[in-house]
Amino acid sequence: METAVHIENLHKSFKLGFIPKTKKILKGISLTVNQGEIFGYLGPNGAGKTTTIKCILGLIYPDQGKIELFGHHHLSLKAKAQIGFLPENPYFYDHLTASEFLYFYSQLFLIKKNEREKKIKNLIQVVGLEKWADLQLRKFSRGMLQRIGLAQALLNEPSLVLLDEPLGGLDPIGRKEIRDIIVRLKEEGKTVFLSSHILQDIEMICDRVAIIVNGEIINQGTLQDLISEKILFTEIVISGVDIKELENMGEPFSERGGRTLLRVRKEGDVERVLELLRSKKGKIHSLIPRTETLEDLFVEIVKQR
Amino acid sequence: MKIRAIAFNTFKEAIRDRILYLILFFAVVCIGFSRLLAILTVGDRVKIIKDVGLASLSLFGALMAIMIGTGLVYKEIEKKTIYTLLSKPIHRFQFLLGKFFGLVLTLFIMLLLMSIIFLGLVFFHTFKVEWHLLIAIFFIFLELCLITSVALLFSCFSTPILSSLFTLAFYLIGHTAWGLEILIKKIKSGFGKALAQILYHFLPDLENFNFKTEIVHNLPIPPKIFLYSILYGVFYTLFVLTLAVLIFRKRDFI
Repeated sequence: METAVHIENLHKSFKLGFIPKTKKILKGISLTVNQGEIFGYLGPNGAGKTTTIKCILGLIYPDQGKIELFGHHHLSLKAKAQIGFLPENPYFYDHLTASEFLYFYSQLFLIKKNEREKKIKNLIQVVGLEKWADLQLRKFSRGMLQRIGLAQALLNEPSLVLLDEPLGGLDPIGRKEIRDIIVRLKEEGKTVFLSSHILQDIEMICDRVAIIVNGEIINQGTLQDLISEKILFTEIVISGVDIKELENMGEPFSERGGRTLLRVRKEGDVERVLELLRSKKGKIHSLIPRTETLEDLFVEIVKQR
Repeated sequence: MKIRAIAFNTFKEAIRDRILYLILFFAVVCIGFSRLLAILTVGDRVKIIKDVGLASLSLFGALMAIMIGTGLVYKEIEKKTIYTLLSKPIHRFQFLLGKFFGLVLTLFIMLLLMSIIFLGLVFFHTFKVEWHLLIAIFFIFLELCLITSVALLFSCFSTPILSSLFTLAFYLIGHTAWGLEILIKKIKSGFGKALAQILYHFLPDLENFNFKTEIVHNLPIPPKIFLYSILYGVFYTLFVLTLAVLIFRKRDFI
């Protein structure tokens, strides 16, 4: 598989404060994103996710390290022409309307005049802003700004789309719509580099992930590689049995409306619980085996650090 | 093409800024005020109108250059619009030049509006269009281009308030630096004289663009002086823009 992004030993530090003190933000990041995949870049706030993206885009210069996009130096116009970028909390020229804004950016990609109008109209439709195409961006809500942000990122039909926290601050419907667009991009053969701390979304759509904590990549690989499929515990919701009888089989987690949520760690204990229920004529409402989630892995890694 | 796109966007942004119209309003009031001064003056009334009018054009033009020049680049950085812009296939110098030309276009339009009002007022008194006044206005425009480049330079690394103060200082020093020439002649040789000489060579001399008196009083100006002033303006502006590009190229957008 060909490489879309190749980062090797990336270091970046900033001098902060009145009496400048050096703070290391990235401490030797190395990662590879393959063409055509959705790559999740995962980390807590302040881990260095946005700094990495800014280095890729040339908004800040790394102290050390190498960045290549499709085999080109990341600052070359050839590389930049293949990128689409949506920043976190996007803010655009609020004196322009949505159409004017996309028109302005299309000029920077040297898109031909006769193609511009068609492309802009199509993109506005893709992100669902047809009704607001002639509204000034200053009147846009956060969700609408996110959509127009995504439209500008797709103007040049990029091979690589970098999205910095694209789902933050959106309502569930907005999140689903953006998620659907991201999946569609993958289907069209584009590579998506997605930075987020919303684990549920990353887990749902990403092929591979890298976890960054304190400027270092702690783990990276496919979700299957990172998350074990073994059952961690089984959650059983039961009723009609005295909890005291279940004490040595599992931990009663919560009780509501006469129902008890029991967390059972050993597989043998699940059988014992079921047998007890049968003999006491109790009821079983649900039984869900829980495998490890990305959230479990993430919390564990962050705690270790 | 890319520079042009950024320049037109900058122009659009600038002309939608209310502060510009406020300054334009005061400029028009001031040009109109010259009529009142002329009534109160004994002697050549038209000369007073021309004098005050050209001075208003120069002063309010400089104020516009400072206000919009120092604000627009900073605004791009502060509001982070620069993130998406610089992620597009453009060089940083193209961004800066686009901003510069956009601002210059804005100033050109504003100066044009003020000039039409000014020439109209003069026409009202003399019943002829005094085209030669355009020479003085052309040099005011050259000066405004230089001030814009200085405002851009400061806004590459400083906040709008500090950039405005620095640019205003540049403007004031530029119009008073000629005093150093007299000082050099008057003081005896030594450290003081050497310092004054160094300062004289490095500080800008914006009086090179001041042809108001000569034009108003119809005094002859040798073409050599015109050429010198044009070259001075062009090269100084290019020098400041190059400096701005060098600083801007190295900047991290945190």
